[in-house]
Amino acid sequence: MMRHLFLPLLLLVPLLAQGAIEVHQFDDPQKEKIYKELIDELRCLVCQNQNLADSNAELAQDLRQKTYEMVEAGKSKDEIVDWMVARYGDFVLYRPPLQRNTLLLWVGPFLIFLVGVVVLVRFIRRRPAGGEEVLSEEERRKAEALLRGHGEDGA
Amino acid sequence: MIPEIGHFALILALVIALVQGVFPLLGAHRGYASWVAVAKPAARLQFLMLLASFACLTWAFLQSDFSVLYVAENSNTRLPQIFKFSAVWGAHEGSLLLWALILSAWTAAVTVFGRSLSPLMMARVIGVLGLVATGFLAFLIFTSNPFERLLPAVAEGRDLNPLLQDIGLVMHPPMLYMGYVGFAIPFAFAIAAMLGGRLDAAWARWSRPWTQIAWVFLTLGIALGSWWAYYELGWGGWWFWDPVENASFMPWLAGTALMHSLAVTEKRGAFKAWTVLLAIFTFSLSLLGTFLVRSGVLTSVHAFAADPSRGLFILLFLAVVVGSSLMLYAARASKVRSHVRFELVSRETALLFNNVILVVTTVSILLGTLYPLIIDALGAGKISVGPPYFNAVFIPLTVPLAILIGVGSLARWKRDSFANIWVKVRLAFVASLVFGILFPLVAMQHFSWQAALGMVLAFWVFFSSLKVMKEYARGRGIGGLSLSQWGMTFGHVGVAVFITGITLTSIYSSEKDVRLVPGDSFSLGGYEFLFKGTTHLQGPNYQGDRGEIVITRGGEPVTVLYPEKRNYLSGMPMTEAGIDAGLTRDLFVALGEPLDNQGAWAVRIYHKPFVRWIWLGALIMSFGGVLSALDKRYRVLARRERAALAGGVA
Amino acid sequence: MKSRYLIPLAVFIVIVGFLAVGLKNDPKRVPSPLVGKPAPHFELPTLYDPEEKISPEKLRGKVWLLNVWASWCVSCRAEHEVIKRLARMNLVPVYGLNYKDEEADAKAWLGQLGNPYEASLVDRAGNVGIDWGVYGVPETFVIDKKGIIRHKVIGPVNDEILRETLVPLIRKLNEEEG
Repeated sequence: MMRHLFLPLLLLVPLLAQGAIEVHQFDDPQKEKIYKELIDELRCLVCQNQNLADSNAELAQDLRQKTYEMVEAGKSKDEIVDWMVARYGDFVLYRPPLQRNTLLLWVGPFLIFLVGVVVLVRFIRRRPAGGEEVLSEEERRKAEALLRGHGEDGA
Repeated sequence: MIPEIGHFALILALVIALVQGVFPLLGAHRGYASWVAVAKPAARLQFLMLLASFACLTWAFLQSDFSVLYVAENSNTRLPQIFKFSAVWGAHEGSLLLWALILSAWTAAVTVFGRSLSPLMMARVIGVLGLVATGFLAFLIFTSNPFERLLPAVAEGRDLNPLLQDIGLVMHPPMLYMGYVGFAIPFAFAIAAMLGGRLDAAWARWSRPWTQIAWVFLTLGIALGSWWAYYELGWGGWWFWDPVENASFMPWLAGTALMHSLAVTEKRGAFKAWTVLLAIFTFSLSLLGTFLVRSGVLTSVHAFAADPSRGLFILLFLAVVVGSSLMLYAARASKVRSHVRFELVSRETALLFNNVILVVTTVSILLGTLYPLIIDALGAGKISVGPPYFNAVFIPLTVPLAILIGVGSLARWKRDSFANIWVKVRLAFVASLVFGILFPLVAMQHFSWQAALGMVLAFWVFFSSLKVMKEYARGRGIGGLSLSQWGMTFGHVGVAVFITGITLTSIYSSEKDVRLVPGDSFSLGGYEFLFKGTTHLQGPNYQGDRGEIVITRGGEPVTVLYPEKRNYLSGMPMTEAGIDAGLTRDLFVALGEPLDNQGAWAVRIYHKPFVRWIWLGALIMSFGGVLSALDKRYRVLARRERAALAGGVA
Repeated sequence: MKSRYLIPLAVFIVIVGFLAVGLKNDPKRVPSPLVGKPAPHFELPTLYDPEEKISPEKLRGKVWLLNVWASWCVSCRAEHEVIKRLARMNLVPVYGLNYKDEEADAKAWLGQLGNPYEASLVDRAGNVGIDWGVYGVPETFVIDKKGIIRHKVIGPVNDEILRETLVPLIRKLNEEEG
């Protein structure tokens, strides 16, 4: 019974983490841009699916601080990403890197699109050549009745 | 006592659902008229039982009966009445009961509004819905019973999460469920048609308004969620590609494809097997969504309490429902497929292409959502897939989709030519290019090619919709348009408005976190934000600080905003943003933390142009859907069919 | 029955298969990329003797454990008995990493619950924790004689983990050359 109360209680906590509003001074607007992109694309490891920008968790605050320090020190976006991945693995990236185990992910939609277009073209090409489908006697009579008296169909 | 009645009604509902599922289907198969006749009364009785059960649970909440475990976990005597009511669906067990109730309501509605259906068809549809309901109710009673007792009762319950104490969040789940569950109707129609071995244009005509209404609810539900997240969560975002959000977006995309496919099947009898598959696909995505939210396989801020044993039950249910549907499809599809002829350049092809893009989009989002799970299951690593991926995949796909809206709605059925279509669209095409490129140049802070592309698409959809209206009005005048045609127009215009909102807000929003002491002023987006300090705040179950920000533009006063930082007694801090909503822009201010004792605060300021157009677009789209569903041809033909039925022709 | 109509069913079965396997996995568990890599460098003072500084280089030549703990961590209490038992086995020295804690609270906690650690390294700001990829407390690392991290336990160490994973691993590593 305790489990009933405990789990929902645990799950309540991350729901309340609201956008963390901090003030960071940047000596260069380009650096500020990189910082914002990074904290948007880096994942908070202790949250229920939030990026570093939106999380109030302490670890997220620490990592934001680290990101800020590295950006101010002049590190590039790639360098900072590598730094994070070295410590936490690919899990920390919301933009999955292009590597062997993500090949299918990045190529997939394009492949599916190709398959879709190919199927579409083949479907259209396979249309029966010549002639409409033939109406049965009953259908023809119904059609004539409709045309005669009740033609009010719109779109 | 009342909870016991509610529990009993729930069990009765399960029994009735089983009867409702088994007898009509067997009866239709064997030709037993008495069994077939069980369908309608069983469906209506099941609805009454679930209504009673839901009422009992609601009563327990309103009376703060903490001897019911679910009430104790989700409510509190100091909770305002309206939120005691919405707390009924605030967590797993109660929301499932709402799901089941809504399913029974839709089913009962079919018995009332589907009187023109042949008894066999009706029996099969109701029977299928009965089997689905049986699965859900069994899941409820055996793993997620909302009426479980807490004895001895506690004196005070745990509070409802403050984030959920909001009117937006009150309406969001019921709207979503109306949509999710509503897609069970076209699903049931599709299964019934395959069971009967016959699929004609009438089937499409019956299914279409139900699909449209479900789609409208889902559109509104998603838009509500997005709007709520924007004003409540404090960081100006409105979509996060979170797995649970994707779980609602995928059925929406598939449902949109289904609506368009049904249009072709109704009009030309084409795409029958494909439409059936789409109907199965859409409802499967609804069920998959239920699984993803409640099983704990994916991490999400929206997830209900995760319990793998519950997850297993839902997965089995999903496997049985979808698996048997797809087996039936494999067996029967070749019998029901169409042999209708149309040319490469035709409205049919355009709509088919529209379907392809929508399905590709849906499958891509599914791939991205499930990919971390798949890679982990294969032992190939632990990765995350987030907005950068989904945006990179989704946005390019909207380009051909938007183009198709114009081309498809102007192409003729069966056979048309590029030359013909070009003559119709060339004015709209040129106008879109001109307006689309001029708009960011003239009306926005700076030019951007991405913004131009988005605006060109938006104008394209808008102008081509106007052209379509003009074509329909030819000879009849604007008053001669049917509701269905108006519906299509509004639906597409809604898309144009939606694209405008997303394009402009994504590219031109500006945000700044600043340190302000009282008296400080900050400039953003052409507005001046003057911080006048904070005052202490005392609420019923919270205390905090309220800031005052005076906003002016070019010296002229615009508004005063009062963002709040609240600390609830339950220990949770919440930010209430101050928002000045406008048609062309939102101004958004949120308090962060006090930075020192002299009254300095970290303040976040946003300027978000055209952000309201996102939800406005969704509203307009929904309005279009409602108009379409109300088109009189459904009622006229239905009336005629009812008469034919009464006249003795089965 | 044309075989192409079976494709949707086949795809669905594959998806269900993955979902079923997914039910067993924990989507929030983040495996460490440092396993198999050299222990990240640090030089930290100890809790009871701030003058004494310890680094992974000083611990070369022996197998050792790093147990991340804090006085504010609830699950650490449950785990502490198991850690004490492990320390008493005298198989391996256990070092603590006192993560984002106050000195007084940490000392009181150890005083109350017992101190199995050779020394507790003080990581006030949590920087060393970040370097080691710590994202929750408690966590435990196993480092071999060459200074390579060989295993990470995420979450509290319980009897089962101790018996089935840690002890056999430590014994094996003790056999290895330094």
